Amino acid sequence: MKRLKNLPHVAANGLLDRRLFLKTGGMSGFALFTAKVTSQEREKWSLNPGVGMGEYGSPSQYESHIKRSFGSRLGTTGSGASRTPIQHLDGMITPSRLHFERHHSGIPDINPDQHKLIIYGLVDRPLMFTLDALARYPTVSRIQFLECSGNSGTQAILPEPRQGSVSDLHGLISCSEWGGILLSTLLEETGLKKNAKWIIAGGSDSAMMSRSIPIEKALDDAMIALYQNGERIRPSNGYPMRLFLPGWEGNASVKWLTSLKVTSSPAMTKDETSKYSDTLDTGISELFTFPMGVKSLITSPSPGLNLHEKGIYQISGIAWSGVGKIKNVEISTDSGKTWAKSALDQHVLPKALTRFRSAWKWDGSPTTIMSRATDESGEIQPIREVWKVGRAANSYYHYNAIQAWSIDEAGESSNVYV
Amino acid sequence: MFTFRMFAFPLILFTPLLIYADDGPKLGIPLSPEEIATYDYVVMPDGDGLPKGSGNAIQGKEIYELRCLACHGIEGKKGLNDELNGGHGTITTSLTGKTIGSYWPYATTIFDYIRRAMPYQTPGIFSNDEIYSLTAYLLFINNIIDEDEQINSKSLPKIIMPNQENFVWSYQPK
Repeated sequence: MKRLKNLPHVAANGLLDRRLFLKTGGMSGFALFTAKVTSQEREKWSLNPGVGMGEYGSPSQYESHIKRSFGSRLGTTGSGASRTPIQHLDGMITPSRLHFERHHSGIPDINPDQHKLIIYGLVDRPLMFTLDALARYPTVSRIQFLECSGNSGTQAILPEPRQGSVSDLHGLISCSEWGGILLSTLLEETGLKKNAKWIIAGGSDSAMMSRSIPIEKALDDAMIALYQNGERIRPSNGYPMRLFLPGWEGNASVKWLTSLKVTSSPAMTKDETSKYSDTLDTGISELFTFPMGVKSLITSPSPGLNLHEKGIYQISGIAWSGVGKIKNVEISTDSGKTWAKSALDQHVLPKALTRFRSAWKWDGSPTTIMSRATDESGEIQPIREVWKVGRAANSYYHYNAIQAWSIDEAGESSNVYV
Repeated sequence: MFTFRMFAFPLILFTPLLIYADDGPKLGIPLSPEEIATYDYVVMPDGDGLPKGSGNAIQGKEIYELRCLACHGIEGKKGLNDELNGGHGTITTSLTGKTIGSYWPYATTIFDYIRRAMPYQTPGIFSNDEIYSLTAYLLFINNIIDEDEQINSKSLPKIIMPNQENFVWSYQPK
């Protein structure tokens, strides 16, 4: 217990040195609970051999409440979104079964033997690729986030903060190891005409979702993704293939990809004009606002994940930027008066979720905690008031302002604007 | 001799790099223009990609009331799903105010989207004439064209949508 008294404070209201958990290692053993063993007894699960192997794994029955929440649009079964329970996850990878979903006409049941990718338009050689053929192409894999540009949108437009879990408020963000073929590899084979400037990507869902992609992105890091976290992409994420545009708004990463038409200008599809365009307070609307801004969320503690008594807790969360790597995440536990850098997990990758952790000694009094991320380009998360400057009252795409949680005397968190 | 050395050395040095940069197995199957036409659904704002056919709002109204009204409401208002009409002057204040008439920058997008995605339960059932008719109806109820105006691949791209001048590009191609 002597160690606890001497812990270095790095900011006001109990924020401790970010290396605390690294230094003390197994502190949960004495800080969180002490198990008392009174006699040599076996737990009931140690009395008999357990069940055998299975073809597919599944989480513990005690984790069955960790699931996505979702809502469909009225009159439809498959148009809507499901949200990742980010407050219950750790690390940087989202399990594929919990990756958020956003569909416009449900999930098609695609037979991979009949699926084709065609590339045509302003190319030297219009070509069709089967999955068997693509299996022989050179592949890459990258750990990168995907975020819907409508994520956190209610924070932007509601005058009073909506109460809900981190998932309810911000669950349209996930991060996976995506594997596939760089689009540039296929465009090299088709060749490009001199006036090739855009590519119209089309999906084979029943909405035939389509978006226009600048040729610069196609030739930079765009991927024809076939794998997600080591296995074939799940149907809800575009099986058997999706476009994946690292760091850009999720809608542009067209799922169930089947066609790429190279053009000299954008097609002005429904999704890039009537949706996913950003209206300013002047009435002007911006098209093609692709990159997702620098953002962070404290996932624990957070609404629903309460503090039970005063003492030492880990503040943990995720940060990301569509521009590149996270440079740092600062934490405040005194309503933004003082800040201290949080410890970043080992893997700080460009356009990926980055896990941050801080140690905090809560004294049991009400306060407000928040995180503020900076990316490698120097961009810092704004406060909500600054984010809204110049935007129309109903503008909600690309919301990346600082999220604060108010913690009351009972240790319960709620959503507040700062 | 001197000339030979100048050429031979860089050639040896760069050959492996050239192979690496051009490393696809080249298994793409060539597509004929006829095959491309069967896959190509892209409609451009200048009318490129629009098929033959035509229709007007009088014809479109009948189809709308049979196939669209259940989700989108009478004359595109107060349905279960997206409002297709009205909202003029509200686009900075109301999400539901962003309709075809008040917000959409290009009329060609209407044809493109109906052909791809509508009706929701059975997309693909409309003929091109029916899609032109529905497009005309949606333009008519938004007071953009007259009821008997024929919409086809020539007339549709010429329509200037009311909010078109209020769009700018955030992304600037290099």
